[in-house]
Amino acid sequence: MPNQTVEHFRLANGLTTIIEPMPDVQSAAFTLLVPGGAVVEPEAANGTAAVLVDWMTRGAGDRDSQQFSSALENLGLQHSESSGISHLSFSGATVATNLPAAIGLIAEMIRQPRLPEDQFAAAHAGVEQSLRSIEDEPRQKVMLELRRRTYESPWGRPSDGTLDEMPNVTPEVVRHHYRRCIQPTDCILGVAGRVDPEGIGRLVEQLFGDWAPSEPLDVHQGERGTRFEHLPSESAQTHIGIAYDAVPYNHRDYYAAWAAVGVLDGGMSSRLFTEVREKRGLCYSVSAGLSSLPGHGRVLCYAGSLPERAQETLDVIIQELQKLSKGIRVDELDRCKARAKSSLIMQQESTTARSSVMTRDWLHLGRVVPLSEVREGIEALTPERVLTYVEAHPARDFTVLTIGPTALEVPDAVS
Amino acid sequence: MQFHETTLDNGLKVIAEINPHVHSVALGFFVRTGSRDETESVSGVSHFLEHMAFKGNDKFTAEDVNRVFDEVGAKYNASTSEEVTLFYGAILPEYLPQTFELLAAILQPSVRQEDFDMEKKVILEEIGMYEDMPSFIAYDHVLSTHFAGHPLGQSILGTNESITRLTAQQMRNYHHEHYRAGNIVLAVAGNTQWDVVQKLAQEFCGHWPAGSFDRPLTEAQPTGSTLVLHRSSSQLEHIMQLASSPPARHDLRIAAELLTVIVGDDSGSRLFWELVDPGHADACEVGYNEFDGSGAYMTYLCCDPDQTPFCLEKIEAIYQAVNANGITSEELTRAKNKVASRVVLRGERPMGRLSSLGTNWLYRQEYQSIEQDLETLQNVTAEQIRELLQAYPLGQTSTVAVGPLASLD
Repeated sequence: MPNQTVEHFRLANGLTTIIEPMPDVQSAAFTLLVPGGAVVEPEAANGTAAVLVDWMTRGAGDRDSQQFSSALENLGLQHSESSGISHLSFSGATVATNLPAAIGLIAEMIRQPRLPEDQFAAAHAGVEQSLRSIEDEPRQKVMLELRRRTYESPWGRPSDGTLDEMPNVTPEVVRHHYRRCIQPTDCILGVAGRVDPEGIGRLVEQLFGDWAPSEPLDVHQGERGTRFEHLPSESAQTHIGIAYDAVPYNHRDYYAAWAAVGVLDGGMSSRLFTEVREKRGLCYSVSAGLSSLPGHGRVLCYAGSLPERAQETLDVIIQELQKLSKGIRVDELDRCKARAKSSLIMQQESTTARSSVMTRDWLHLGRVVPLSEVREGIEALTPERVLTYVEAHPARDFTVLTIGPTALEVPDAVS
Repeated sequence: MQFHETTLDNGLKVIAEINPHVHSVALGFFVRTGSRDETESVSGVSHFLEHMAFKGNDKFTAEDVNRVFDEVGAKYNASTSEEVTLFYGAILPEYLPQTFELLAAILQPSVRQEDFDMEKKVILEEIGMYEDMPSFIAYDHVLSTHFAGHPLGQSILGTNESITRLTAQQMRNYHHEHYRAGNIVLAVAGNTQWDVVQKLAQEFCGHWPAGSFDRPLTEAQPTGSTLVLHRSSSQLEHIMQLASSPPARHDLRIAAELLTVIVGDDSGSRLFWELVDPGHADACEVGYNEFDGSGAYMTYLCCDPDQTPFCLEKIEAIYQAVNANGITSEELTRAKNKVASRVVLRGERPMGRLSSLGTNWLYRQEYQSIEQDLETLQNVTAEQIRELLQAYPLGQTSTVAVGPLASLD
């Protein structure tokens, strides 16, 4: 594995900075996670976080919306601001020499946003329209609605909002959310690229050192949603979402969970692709992936098939998921390992990927896992260990959501 | 970084940009064939053939192909456009020989009947999948109406009918004519050595049949039309508009790229400030699509049905203002900064370099290093943008709308 050094430090107010110098590149990237995602939104006002993020981009400090945007663009910053399930995320990448100035602007956006009253309606309308555009894409919608049902509330709440609740997202509600949630405690800043860690350290102290923390945020956990549901639609395909429990990112068996899903869907030789698409031609797109939220994990599967073949698709996928506990071959696991190895090494070519993975590590684990440790963890897996995991966390108690012209029968064995 | 090129005896062009400072190597076969090269009776064959490549040949079965790519941990795929079918993969340097052999092998597939029949079902599913994406429906239709009568108007996917009718023998014939060495560019980017690339190319591609396939390059002369596809189930109106822009070999193509960033990038552009930022539209962008011998500015608008007339007028007004008055020097500088940073970031990964390496050669038979790309960008002047707007003004020549509206009047 390539050499890797990671430095980190924590300000007195709780903000953590993680830095990975990458001497072979010209660029640098950052990811800043700030508390205030969908799980801490007020009840029945899902969309508050998304509107807040949009509103925050509309001017900060001395600059109005256009001036602020021009300043970012003049730095060549490719940036993105989004609301997530637990945090808001502010990220960007540019040539390394421009990174400190870019982080300075983002700090302004976070600490001194203007939140102009006359632009609230536009921010609100933007979020509402993007929610309606999801209604036009059943493939996206099925996964959002699947998450809403399989995770315990509020963890299944869509990070972009819910159309029905948008009328409750008012300027007062959003301002209150800003004051209550946007604070340094639990903020994580990851920086990767051609940077000098000491310089970044001084910059962060100067930009965020005097930011006062407030009360930590609590998440009140509720119930899961409906297990089986069909949403009628005139769509050309029937879109199928299937979920079941898995361990989250911070669990000691995470690598085994990752490998179990890798056997199902990790490359074109994996089981779902082979059985559903290659041998039966039932769909173009079929997938399974591990979804991890702080303290919660799921396997989420998707497939889309023409209505007359969708039932067979659902049956075959469920069969394959259940068959995993019957055994895993060495060659299947070896292919998962090979993919992991190349992904880990190629990650070192992207400053954006590194800054994002480091902040995710910190969010879930409170540390950055060295790539060599990930590699060793994966290399140490055996079919027996993965099988032991599958036996402890079998594919069962499914949540199944479908969107299409006709409802499907969920196989007896699982309903 | 070091650039190398050679041509095999059969006409296969081999180019490589060697960079010892990265961890991986990417390779791609750029086949100069796509929907524009098809006749009506085989509509959709280029894309279907791209799928069939992964079913292997006499040496590798379909299962072998998928398995071997995964065994080396390759990040690989293929794509088909109007003009190019691309097969590519990125791997760690030690796996280059196996990956090379396999990728080269799938370019000469057997097209077995049984595999063909099974994959046909997958293609029909793919057509169904795109039918559930209104923006794609708008894209597919606007190309066919704008380029009506010109080969660029031919659908990439084909239709349920054309795919159902297509035979394996027709596909083999198409392959025989189009997958000739002179019609293919092999590009390699990243951490490897030039002599290794040359040796592999000779060993696995040297026996490919020579020859190439000519495509007529008459510039399209679209006359313009409006098509409204009513979809009562849609929430938003999805609109695509095309207008003529410089072709891929035109001197003003970089100016065209910068112009569309200034006018219609997804943030910070004129369309963004006038339509998206105030909340009138969910998305409004314009991009520059370069083709062989033709080009198109492509405007995409996604908005509430009742906002549609307002948004379309607004776009027209913005285009008229730009066509008449040009752009400001601040806008040009900002766009250069934006694009320069994209070039640098994309160039840090072999996979990112592969695409510009192959495309540049396929369309222009030229190599541009990242430094040269940046220099070309910096040299674009406001005068060139004016010249561009004279020759190829922004416009809304052909329109396709998909959504709740029954008409755009």
